[in-house]
Amino acid sequence: MSEAVFEKMATLLSSKKGINKELISIDSSFEELGLDSLDSIELIADLEEEFSVNIPNTELQGIKTIRQAVDGLSKAMQ
Amino acid sequence: MQNRRVVVTGTGIVSAIGMNSADFWNSIVECRPGIGPYDSSFADQIRFKNGADIKNFDASNIISKDDRDLMDRFTQLAVVAAKEAVAHAGISFNEDNAYQTAVVCGTSIGGVHTQEQSYFDLYRENKTRVHPLSIPKTMPNGAASNISMQMGIKGPVYAISTACASSNHAIGNAFWLIRNGVCDQAICGGSETPFTYTFLKAWEAIRVVAPDTCRPFSKNRQGMILGEGSGMLVLESLDAAKKRGANILGEIVGFGMTSDASHITKPDQKGAEQAMMMAMKDGSVNASQIGYINAHGTGTLVNDTMEVAAVKNVFGDHANHLSISSTKSLHGHALGATSSFEAIATIMALKNGILPPTANFQEKDETCDIDIIPNASKEKNIQYAISNAFAFGGLNAVLAFKKWEG
Repeated sequence: MSEAVFEKMATLLSSKKGINKELISIDSSFEELGLDSLDSIELIADLEEEFSVNIPNTELQGIKTIRQAVDGLSKAMQ
Repeated sequence: MQNRRVVVTGTGIVSAIGMNSADFWNSIVECRPGIGPYDSSFADQIRFKNGADIKNFDASNIISKDDRDLMDRFTQLAVVAAKEAVAHAGISFNEDNAYQTAVVCGTSIGGVHTQEQSYFDLYRENKTRVHPLSIPKTMPNGAASNISMQMGIKGPVYAISTACASSNHAIGNAFWLIRNGVCDQAICGGSETPFTYTFLKAWEAIRVVAPDTCRPFSKNRQGMILGEGSGMLVLESLDAAKKRGANILGEIVGFGMTSDASHITKPDQKGAEQAMMMAMKDGSVNASQIGYINAHGTGTLVNDTMEVAAVKNVFGDHANHLSISSTKSLHGHALGATSSFEAIATIMALKNGILPPTANFQEKDETCDIDIIPNASKEKNIQYAISNAFAFGGLNAVLAFKKWEG
């Protein structure tokens, strides 16, 4: 499931923010990808919608990397 | 401290009669209204079919995609107009002047397109969440805040919401900030985007929108026509403008505002009269010096009759020697943005010696027996003019302008 979440995330970042998919890795930080706090909230909201889950606000605010986002969404899906 | 003089050095406009100040003014001079069928998928569900909306608006060459994503349509229009005004003024903002510059923007309803989308998602689509940026896109200060961010302006930045007088209040506030020495320059005006399904339904329900077009002061007038857009002005202290060798377009000399405290929609003649007199007093202008009035002139039966009666009371015999017109007959009633259009039209009238017409006029109304410049602009050099705004809620705001003669 984590791979599917990562793939969806990379696709969204590519289509909505114009980020080259090849530059997106599981270890990328949002800052490295040029995403500010509002961009990351928007991204995670899209993924919450896609996977029909909710990440608690307190957890969302701590998500600064792709890996943390993938883990957070995967955990919410369990 | 002596009051400082305040001048206009730049204008920007996005409207149905021109996507920049020059085209806007040409449409006025040539009396070409921007009123026609409005562009929407739901027009067949609204009783009135005409408006003065902006077709095919695209800010992609002016605002980056990342920035546009943070902006409702009303904010995008405001930013585009502000950028034109700043380029027109030839001014830039940096650490030396950022804190001495204000942004004051009027809007009646703010980011209604974003709000509408949220309603649609929740109530119609049964979604469980709305766009995460719905709050910053909807907030009425979105235009003012985004202009300050785009320009690097760090002084007083705020929004004013006084329905259809919002822009006059915004321009008047900015004028006073500069005159009183709080700031040296300001971007001010207004923005409005009322063409959403729920908002048009609300205007349909209140029964003041004309089925055909806007005919101010005409006996067969049937109401107002909604408009859309943004007008922005760059104001500067005269000293600041001269210091940088700015091209001065006109001068703001007075601002008056009153509240009717009587009825939420029906205008009170006394409140309108007092606002006009306060604006002239504030600018040390005698009534006999006024050559032109840009009327509130909505094209409703009640407003136009009241406004002409108020003008006759305030100006007495001089009412027979001045001209009045309603440019709403051209650009529509853009609510919180409309008096920004009218302020710019008034400044251009003084500058060019051409008085704007009242378009779509057909039939004389004895209750509006005054020169309303019917259907064709008029060449006339004048020294002073006022621009009226009388809003729902009984809020009146009037600006007084002077021709700039160097």
